[in-house]
Amino acid sequence: MWPSIADIASQVQSGKLHASDLVERALQKIHEKEDYKAIIATTEERARDRAKDIDSRLKKGQNVGRLAGVPFVAKDNFLVFGADTTAASNILKGFEAPYQSTAVERLEAEGAICIAKANLDAFGHGTSTENSDFFTTHNPHDKGRVPGGSSGGSAVAVVLGMVPFAIGTDTGGSLRQPANFSGCVGYKPTYGLVSRSGVIAMASSTDTVGPLARTVEDAALVLDVMAGKDEKDSTTIEREKAGYDIRHASYDIRGKKVGVIKEYMTKDVDANVRACIESAVAKLAQAGAQIKEVSIPTLKSALAAYYIVVPAEISSNLSRYDGQRYGYSYKNAKDLNDSYTKSRTIGFGYEAKRRIMIGTYVLSSGYYDAYYKQAQTVRTKLIQEFNQVFKIVDFLAGPVAPTTAFKIGENTNDPLKMYLADIMTVAANLTGIPAISLPAGKSDGLPIGLQLMAAERQDKSLLELAQASEELLA
Amino acid sequence: MAKLSRDDVLKLARLARLELSKDEIELFQSELSEILNYVAQLQKVDTKGLKPTYQVTGLGNITRPDEIIDYGATQDQLLKNVPAVEDGLIKVKRVLG
Repeated sequence: MWPSIADIASQVQSGKLHASDLVERALQKIHEKEDYKAIIATTEERARDRAKDIDSRLKKGQNVGRLAGVPFVAKDNFLVFGADTTAASNILKGFEAPYQSTAVERLEAEGAICIAKANLDAFGHGTSTENSDFFTTHNPHDKGRVPGGSSGGSAVAVVLGMVPFAIGTDTGGSLRQPANFSGCVGYKPTYGLVSRSGVIAMASSTDTVGPLARTVEDAALVLDVMAGKDEKDSTTIEREKAGYDIRHASYDIRGKKVGVIKEYMTKDVDANVRACIESAVAKLAQAGAQIKEVSIPTLKSALAAYYIVVPAEISSNLSRYDGQRYGYSYKNAKDLNDSYTKSRTIGFGYEAKRRIMIGTYVLSSGYYDAYYKQAQTVRTKLIQEFNQVFKIVDFLAGPVAPTTAFKIGENTNDPLKMYLADIMTVAANLTGIPAISLPAGKSDGLPIGLQLMAAERQDKSLLELAQASEELLA
Repeated sequence: MAKLSRDDVLKLARLARLELSKDEIELFQSELSEILNYVAQLQKVDTKGLKPTYQVTGLGNITRPDEIIDYGATQDQLLKNVPAVEDGLIKVKRVLG
């Protein structure tokens, strides 16, 4: 396994480790674990060139950055040089990014090296990677089960030790849920904290970019490098003055108020998952945290609101795939409309079509007020209830999903059941608040994550609490 | 709530520029109806006096000087992904009849 990211970078900087060796080690590991199908393509040629460049700059005594030589994997919905960017969709097969996403640029500016593109549910539409147009990724703990999604390939790459960290996106749980199912840390920042420039859009009002890593400390360091305003994304917000690197922070959990969300601890949640979360919360209490049960009544409507808002935005964002400027284009179209229709019909997978259809329905005239506007108004109610709760407690705790990783194929014929896997993660996206999943235990050999949330823009304190929790749960 | 009719599904597909197979039409009729029935629970939520939230940052219009920013990409790189190019232009089917 890899040392901490800060350790790797400092050893590269001091000449004990070489970027080129780290890249080879990561590529070797990807090759060894090929049968988990976490990776769509490697960017090995470019990665080797970059490593060589970093090593030669180091020889000249230059500082190459806080992530010197650290290899990472990017979910395949990030625009990256050196391999195609497909979002695991057939319609984008062969797409060569003309520029790179800001997140990748910032990581590379600090010396990190992207070595591969990871599998996902096409365009991020899913919780299992089964909606990838190419193949399904396998859970690292049980190959017959899903790794979670949509950032499933990224999570598996971290858990299997291919790379010290990966980046992904979270629109309704896509970083936390695979972290939960596969057993690593997944961090969804406050909406707007990390630029979405150069990330293939899913639902613009809830899309976020964040890290997957083995530890909270590593995730925080990666976030620290990526976070902050970007001219290329007008929805980005200012970073906190103190930054997000929590390595030298002294943190006292005593007296911190943690609310356990009543609506997330019902009988609909698997008993083992509930027991694991209860035991994790008990450990926080023993360490001096004040635990309170809190209620957010509108949470029971959050998933319904999510499955209106998000398909609406998806249908709008996916309208750009029309076969004219990039992506798959049907060659024998008889006119422009036929070219649009055939290109989309052949290019999109079934789940993308399903979400486009739902989105088109809820936005169509006669239904807009009843569905879309009502969902966005319920969102207001949800935000108000969260704000109320954060007047009483500093943090919220609960499970990430109602069950541990399900079997491959178990939910594919029942879209509603598949959507229900998102029930505990979507609220953070609708409200914009930060949330994390960190390993809390296992049931029958399958990981269970603890979800912690904080008020918006409280990312630093959330990471500190998460790190303290990680130590208590180890 | 009533099940979506075949015509409802076909109308949506036309709006979204998708062609559906016979099987897909039937599948969408039942799946979309089931999903729409589920989300219909929102009608019961009391939202009196509340306004919709379309974005959560509270940011207003963000402007910048109207200047060309060099992304470093060449015209060739940008046109590489285009399905049909002629004389450095994107070629599409006739737009106006």
